[in-house]
Amino acid sequence: MTRLDLDPVLVARARELAALAAQPVIDLAHRHTTVSVERAVLRLAGLTGTDPVTGEGRTEDRVPWVNRVVDAVRDQVGLEHGVALPVWHALTSGTAPDLQTLAEQVGAGTARFELPDGAAVERAREAAQAAAAEGIARIDGNRRRREELVATHGDPPRRPWIYLIVATGDIHEDIPQAQAAARAGADVIAVIRSTGQSLLDYVPEGATRTGYAGTYATQENFRLMRAALDDVSAELGRYVRLTNYASGLCMPEIAVLAGLERLDMMLNDAMYGILFRDINPRRTFVDQRFSRMVHARAGIIINTGEDNYLTTADAVDEAHTVTVSQLLNETLAKEAGLEDWQLGLGHAFEIQPEREESFRLELAHALLARSLFPDAPLKWMPPTKHMTGDVFRGYLLDGFFNLAGALTGQGILLVGMMTEAVVTPWLSDRDLALRNVEYVLNAAGNLAEDFHPPKGGFIDRRAHTVLRESVDLLERIADRRRGLMDAIADGTFGITKRPIDGGKGLDGVVELAAGAYNPALELLQKEASHA
Amino acid sequence: MPDGSIVRPYGDTTGDGMVQTSFTLPVPAGPKAEGAALQLANKMGIEPAMVVHSHAIDSGYTFFVVYGSVRHLVDLDAVVVEERAYPLLSSSEINGAIRTGLNRKLVVLGACIGTDAHTVGIDAILNVKGFAGEKGLEYLREMAVTNLGAQVTVPELVTRARAARADAVLVSQVVTQKDAHLRNTRELAAAFREAMGESRPLLVVGGPRFDPAMAADLGVDKVFGRGTTPGEVASYLIHALVEEPA
Repeated sequence: MTRLDLDPVLVARARELAALAAQPVIDLAHRHTTVSVERAVLRLAGLTGTDPVTGEGRTEDRVPWVNRVVDAVRDQVGLEHGVALPVWHALTSGTAPDLQTLAEQVGAGTARFELPDGAAVERAREAAQAAAAEGIARIDGNRRRREELVATHGDPPRRPWIYLIVATGDIHEDIPQAQAAARAGADVIAVIRSTGQSLLDYVPEGATRTGYAGTYATQENFRLMRAALDDVSAELGRYVRLTNYASGLCMPEIAVLAGLERLDMMLNDAMYGILFRDINPRRTFVDQRFSRMVHARAGIIINTGEDNYLTTADAVDEAHTVTVSQLLNETLAKEAGLEDWQLGLGHAFEIQPEREESFRLELAHALLARSLFPDAPLKWMPPTKHMTGDVFRGYLLDGFFNLAGALTGQGILLVGMMTEAVVTPWLSDRDLALRNVEYVLNAAGNLAEDFHPPKGGFIDRRAHTVLRESVDLLERIADRRRGLMDAIADGTFGITKRPIDGGKGLDGVVELAAGAYNPALELLQKEASHA
Repeated sequence: MPDGSIVRPYGDTTGDGMVQTSFTLPVPAGPKAEGAALQLANKMGIEPAMVVHSHAIDSGYTFFVVYGSVRHLVDLDAVVVEERAYPLLSSSEINGAIRTGLNRKLVVLGACIGTDAHTVGIDAILNVKGFAGEKGLEYLREMAVTNLGAQVTVPELVTRARAARADAVLVSQVVTQKDAHLRNTRELAAAFREAMGESRPLLVVGGPRFDPAMAADLGVDKVFGRGTTPGEVASYLIHALVEEPA
């Protein structure tokens, strides 16, 4: 495969600086928990369902039991020790026969939580660990099941995998559209979430039909779509992967649900929620570490969101911010136990088409990512910013995007729509877009074999310029006392400034006390150190 | 070019009326599907129509490309468009107008409200980077611009606007599913009316699917549609909020 011969000293320096810049974030994540991390523990232990007296009639507005229990624990004894000790202390001391009944006692207002002491601590820990281990075992079983199905049906016959989005708002409309897309050639189906979901501090339940510009991520929707894609995988003799979004305020819980329902890829970026959704940085970093540990265990490939920077910043001037973010995402992902094959690091084809040499610049940036992360699949995102409504020009641009993807060995290619910025894709838009990809991969899929940009040539020089700018920026970030967190507060990524104590969800962050216990974290960490 | 007020679409000969269109019918591919496409084209006024291409999508749908001559005429005299009621100003004219007319900075708040997470529109208008070769409002020295970003609640926006003594509030709405953009805009207008009455800031909304003629109906001062540039927005703010320079 085509690779640039990158200066090894620069590459090593970039990784070293990324690790330095990320360290304060990792330290922060070790010292804190969040309401969503604690709810994820209860989900692993099998607590499901919603409080029927909430929600004013709409099922998806009802408050899940995991929220009710965590809130009750927080009110009564605080979350500094985690939710597991008080909850399993209640269960082991005979207050309730099981977790579900305990949740209903919370609903009735009769549950009383306290922190165990003495021998009761060990009892509660053991019971909590056994309960969480059941969820982890189900995640492990799903990972094995995926491996079996891939062995039975087979992987897509070539790279890049073709990634297509469905987004009707109604899971029962999404399913036939997803199956049609798979039959037309899609290897990966992503169900876009309802726009508001990232700022909901609970995960809705049930099969939903009322999302806006997307469909709610719920455990039942996950299950229905995975089952439908299993059917179509068997029909096509090719394992069709399913993607959703572990981002927003419920990142850890969504990650757990993805593991429990055998999703295959999850969008999961270190900074996206902070920069683009104004979610509090502390909340994001704590939630993210836990979610990534779950993804690591579940064998899920994460997709990071660097393409987003280029929708607000200039794709040439700010190309290095993409590289910097990829390096930070990589270092944080590895700390959480993810392996190279699980890192779908993002980047995008967003250079202004009128700019001279724009395609060569795109190739340089794409090859830089390819060469810097040789074992990561890389997620290649289509043009959006310069899609003007001229659908004919858009179709041509998408063709060039597809060609760049093939030529630079991208792992996952998100199919561009000529009607980007006009309508949510029609059936025919998706079909035409897939025909575009099919033509390019068929006509030029192996062109990478003949494509060797010369050392010192335009592409090689441009890639090194971006790499040097990345090292400069990483140096400035690593110099800060709180590394990445100070850099985000200053508006280093995009123009938006996001102070460490600003944004949504900070009230859900809790500093851990001595003796705090999270059975899921313990099980996941044990596994990570084995690897 | 014809010189009268009646025109027809132009393919390669004046008056030929040629148009091209494409659509999908929920009909399996085949002669019957092509006949159905021709029937639709005829009902659209395309006659004679040619189905120049068709192909099956999945098993139950067919996609068509149709060329043909449309029999409708366009009467240019009957075309009504909203002409811009204010002059387009350059950056230095805008800064100058604020300095002389206001004698302080013009305070602008921007946001995406409701569940809309698409900041592309507001960013294109506000960010220094701008749009279509024009720099955004942040670039204008005499404007104090704050971009609150995505998914700002309406009550939060009212509070921030009051605290910042905003002269103008700019809101962009991209998501239009189930008319969310219209509903959100009405909610915005009502909240500002209730909280601040006559002293509310100038309310400006924009997005690709808005009809600029809807401002009064939505309860806002100005609606910008697809393709609006930062310069147009800035010029409007000067027109509405600052006395014109002599």
